[in-house]
Amino acid sequence: MNYEQLIHETALADERLLVMTAENRALIRNLPGPLGPRFIDTGITEQTMIGAAAGLALRGRVPVVHALATFLTLRAFEFIRTDVGIPHLPVKISAFVPGFLSDGNGPTHQAIEDVSLMRGIPGMTVFAPADEADMLAMLPAIWASPDPAYLRVNTRPSTYQHEPFVLGKAEIVSEGKDITILTYGMLFEQALIAKDLLTEAGYSVGLVNLRSLKPLDEAAVLNVVKGGSLIVTLEDHFQTGGLYSILAELLLENELTAKVLPLALKERWYKPGLLSEVLEYEGFTGQHIARRIGERLGDGAHSFGAKTKVVENEFAE
Amino acid sequence: MTTEKKQALSELALRVREHIVRLSTDGGCFTGASLSCADLLVYLYADFLNVHPGNLTDPERDYLFLSKGHDVPALYGTFAELGFMPKERLQNHLKSNDSIYWHPNRSVPGVEFHSGSLGHLPSVALGVAMDAKLRGQNQHVIVITGDGELNEGTCWEAVLVASAKKMNNLTLVVDRNHFQANIATEELIPLEPLAPKFEAFGAVVKRIDGHDFTALEEAFTALPFSEDKPSVIICDTVRGRGLPSIERRADRWFCNFSSEEITSLLKELHSQEATNLTSETLTVR
Repeated sequence: MNYEQLIHETALADERLLVMTAENRALIRNLPGPLGPRFIDTGITEQTMIGAAAGLALRGRVPVVHALATFLTLRAFEFIRTDVGIPHLPVKISAFVPGFLSDGNGPTHQAIEDVSLMRGIPGMTVFAPADEADMLAMLPAIWASPDPAYLRVNTRPSTYQHEPFVLGKAEIVSEGKDITILTYGMLFEQALIAKDLLTEAGYSVGLVNLRSLKPLDEAAVLNVVKGGSLIVTLEDHFQTGGLYSILAELLLENELTAKVLPLALKERWYKPGLLSEVLEYEGFTGQHIARRIGERLGDGAHSFGAKTKVVENEFAE
Repeated sequence: MTTEKKQALSELALRVREHIVRLSTDGGCFTGASLSCADLLVYLYADFLNVHPGNLTDPERDYLFLSKGHDVPALYGTFAELGFMPKERLQNHLKSNDSIYWHPNRSVPGVEFHSGSLGHLPSVALGVAMDAKLRGQNQHVIVITGDGELNEGTCWEAVLVASAKKMNNLTLVVDRNHFQANIATEELIPLEPLAPKFEAFGAVVKRIDGHDFTALEEAFTALPFSEDKPSVIICDTVRGRGLPSIERRADRWFCNFSSEEITSLLKELHSQEATNLTSETLTVR
C-alpha cells in the first residue's frame, strides 16, 4: 500500500472525497483515469485550488489538495486561513516536500515555517509523519475528521515498526533519564540513529515521535518535562514557531521550566543539495545530532560513530 | 419586462436604498459601493434567483456569492425586504450582540460565504459550480465582484480555470462603478477595454446598464451564454446611485453621516435634490 493506493481506495469507498492538485501529481499520477471528474487539476494555481476546495467542501465534499508545501502555505496562506480556516471546512492539505525534503530546490521551495503558519490558524490540525508507514497509518483518521488538516507528506521508507496511530497521541519510542529527543517528520529517522549512538555512549535516551503538532499530546510532553532530562527539540523548521516554540508555550502555560536544546534552523534557510549533503552540512544526520547533544552535555569523550549514510530522496519535483 | 414589474422592482430598490442610507451613520458603512449594486441585488433576489428564505438548505438552489463584500448594506437591505431577516436586525449594525458588520457573515440567512478579502469568492464559487456539475445539477452559481477588485490576480486566475473546466454554470458579475476605494479605476489601474479581457480568458461577456431592470432581465435570463464557457456580465453602474450629493465622488466611499444628514439624504433619495454634506469624508477603512 502506498499513498496513491490509499487515497484511491478511500475515494472509491467515500464519494465525498475528491483529489485536487495544483499540477503537482507526483503522488497521484495514476488517479485521473480511475477517479474521472473527482480528480481535479486546477493548474499552477494554489490560491484558486484552495478557494475551489472550500467551495467543494461547502457542498459536503472532502477535498484532499496537493501541491508543494511552500507554495500552499505561503502563496495560498490567506486562502487557507480565510476560506478554509474561518468557516472550519474539512479541506485536507497534503503538502509535498516539506522541510529538508525539498533538498536541492533552494530557498524558494523550503517550507520551514509551515508548522508555524498552519498551527496559527484556529481549528487547523497539523500532522507530520515520521515515514511512509507512519503517514499511511494516520491518513484514514485525518481524512475522516471534520477538521481542516495540514499534512507534511513523507514517503520515505520506514526504518522502525510504529505503534498504531491514535489521533492526538504521540508515539513514545523510549523514555530516557539523561536525554529526551522530541521530533516530528523525516528527522525521526536520524533521531533513531542518534538515540542508538548516544545509548552506546552510555546515556539513557528517550525518543518521542510527536506525529501531530496540533493537537499536541500535552500529557506525553509534560511527562517528559517531569522526567527532568535534557529535552532536545529536533525539527527541519525555523526555530521560531515550530516545536521549540510549542514546547515553550506549553512550559509557560504550566508554570514550568526545563533544560532544552533546540536543533532547528535558526534565522536561516538551509544550503540546498542532495538530501545527504543537506543533512551533513546542516548538522542533522544521526551522527551530528548525537554529537551536538553530546556537546551540550559537555561530553568531549565520544565521537559518536562514523559519518551517517543518508538514503537520498527518490523524487524530484 | 412589464411596466408593473419594473415599478415594483424600482420601489423595492428604493426601500433598499433607504436601508443603506440609515446604515450610513453611527460608525457608517460603504455607502457608495452599496448604492451602485442595489438594483442588481434587488433584481437577482426578487426576480431571478431560485433562492428564498424557504430553500436556503436546498442543494439545488441558486447560489450568489458577494465577493465585493463591502456592500453589505445593499445585501442585507435586500434580505430584510425579502424576509430573509427581520428588518429590526439591521439595527444591530456594528453591535457585538449580532454579526452585522461591514462585511458579510454566514450567520445571516442567505449569506453563502463570508467575504471581505477581495479576489477570493470567484474561486469559492468555482468550487461550488464544480460540485453542481459533478452532481448533474443545473442551478446558477453567480459571483459578484467589484471593478477595483479586478486588480486582484486571483479573479483572473479563477476565470482562467473556469474556462479550462468549461464551467458554463458559473457567472461572474462585475459591479462596474468605475471606482477603486478612493480613486477612479481608470486613473489608478485602468481596466478598459474590460470585456475583451474576459473574452481573452475564455468567457462569454455581455455588458449592460446595471441600473436598468429590463437590461438586467434580458442579460440574466439569457444565461448560460454558452454550452461550454463561463459567463461574465459587466454591469455599468454609478457609485452612490440615487444620492446625487455623493454620486461619482471619489471622497465618498466610506460614509459616516450625522443624523441631520441622514434625514436630509433620505429625502434626497426621493427628491433627487442634493444634500449639503458637511461631515468629514473618510477615505480609509
